[in-house]
Amino acid sequence: MIRVLVAKPGLDGHDRGAKVIARALRDAGMEVVYTGLHQTPEQVVDAALSEDVDVLALSILSGAHPTLVPRIMELVKENHMDDLLVLLGGIIPEDDVDPMINLGVAKVFGPGTDTNDIVAFIRGRVEVV
Amino acid sequence: MKDWDDIAQGILKGQKRAIARGLTWIEQGRNDGKQLAQKLFPHAGNAQVIGITGAPGVGKSTLVNALTLQLRSQGLRVGILAVDPSSPFSGGAILGDRIRMQDSVMDAGVYMRSFASRGHLGGLSRATFGALTVLDAAGFDKILVETVGAGQSEVEIMQLAHTTMVVLAPGMGDDIQAIKAGILEIGQVFVVNKADRDGVDHTVRSIRSMLALASEHPAWMPPILKTVAEDGRGMKELADALENHWQHLTDKGLLERFRWGQTEHLIEQAMADIGDRLVGRARSGQEWSHWVAEVGTGTREAEHVAEELWRQEWRED
Repeated sequence: MIRVLVAKPGLDGHDRGAKVIARALRDAGMEVVYTGLHQTPEQVVDAALSEDVDVLALSILSGAHPTLVPRIMELVKENHMDDLLVLLGGIIPEDDVDPMINLGVAKVFGPGTDTNDIVAFIRGRVEVV
Repeated sequence: MKDWDDIAQGILKGQKRAIARGLTWIEQGRNDGKQLAQKLFPHAGNAQVIGITGAPGVGKSTLVNALTLQLRSQGLRVGILAVDPSSPFSGGAILGDRIRMQDSVMDAGVYMRSFASRGHLGGLSRATFGALTVLDAAGFDKILVETVGAGQSEVEIMQLAHTTMVVLAPGMGDDIQAIKAGILEIGQVFVVNKADRDGVDHTVRSIRSMLALASEHPAWMPPILKTVAEDGRGMKELADALENHWQHLTDKGLLERFRWGQTEHLIEQAMADIGDRLVGRARSGQEWSHWVAEVGTGTREAEHVAEELWRQEWRED
């Protein structure tokens, strides 16, 4: 069973996208922990750690990814969560994609991504016990 | 953290990551998860397990959050297990209990984990008992278990929790539903949450008259508390009531009897697991459709086929 945390770090108040993803992943047979809006990087990583998820799916629409994602990845490393797959979705400008990947994000999904592609990506990367 | 001995050591020290990984192994039903539970079992037996049940919408998660803050202010360490239903269609689940627990879970003295029921009936998940052993061994003083909240067939919590707390809210027609579900018989503490709403006294009165009818536990008269979990009202009184019940169990020497019942439940569940595995193997066997056809045309009885399949499987084991 694949377990995913869908998290909304930062201050933007729109979680329609996050909820669509959560439902799509559930319908694909995954267990999805959703923590609601306005999470700090510390809260996001604490939840991922406590819930022992395979995947951390971040949704950021506010443009704050250049500050939020580095902090989150730092905390992930501090806690030795080496086997965590981190995905980023939302509004991420083209030029920011590579820097996000360099931080350790496995893949960036932009607006209009087919949820089947996300499901397929996760299935391809997470070993199911 | 690769082997179960490392994980066990981490759990005994109360490390969040070790606890989290141990719970995953147990939930996956892995063999090292079973070894882990066995290794930890002697270290468990100190925590009060508190079950929280009640219909959806009465505010169970918010109550758990507020109660956790109260228990933390008393210096107690709190473990939380929250169970949500799995989808019967995809097997997936959305686990949303953390949303309402944000105030309390960041604390180092709190560990919270969401479980999906994974098709297990009874309002809990199959891993609950093993998970309780882990949290108990990790040194949590109080373990709060929030059930699915379907409001019916939630009786299993009674076998795992020392103290079962039934949560209701005014004006939901809950009183009648609660009687139907047999939920009133399992509560040692009753909470009427959202007590700032109209109709609280009516709800309290109906619980009281219901309890008066069922006088099977004269040794312990369940208290009925009014709370507003949203702003923390009534939490001190609730924590006291839960502590009183714990004292009652300890003073009367009832914990031994409880542990016996819990162990019986463990064996029953292990037997049911074996049954499930046999069903799975029979269904994927080559003769399955043959048996279905036989029963469907009235050639054989279902029970007869079941016995035959059971005998076959048993020989192969």
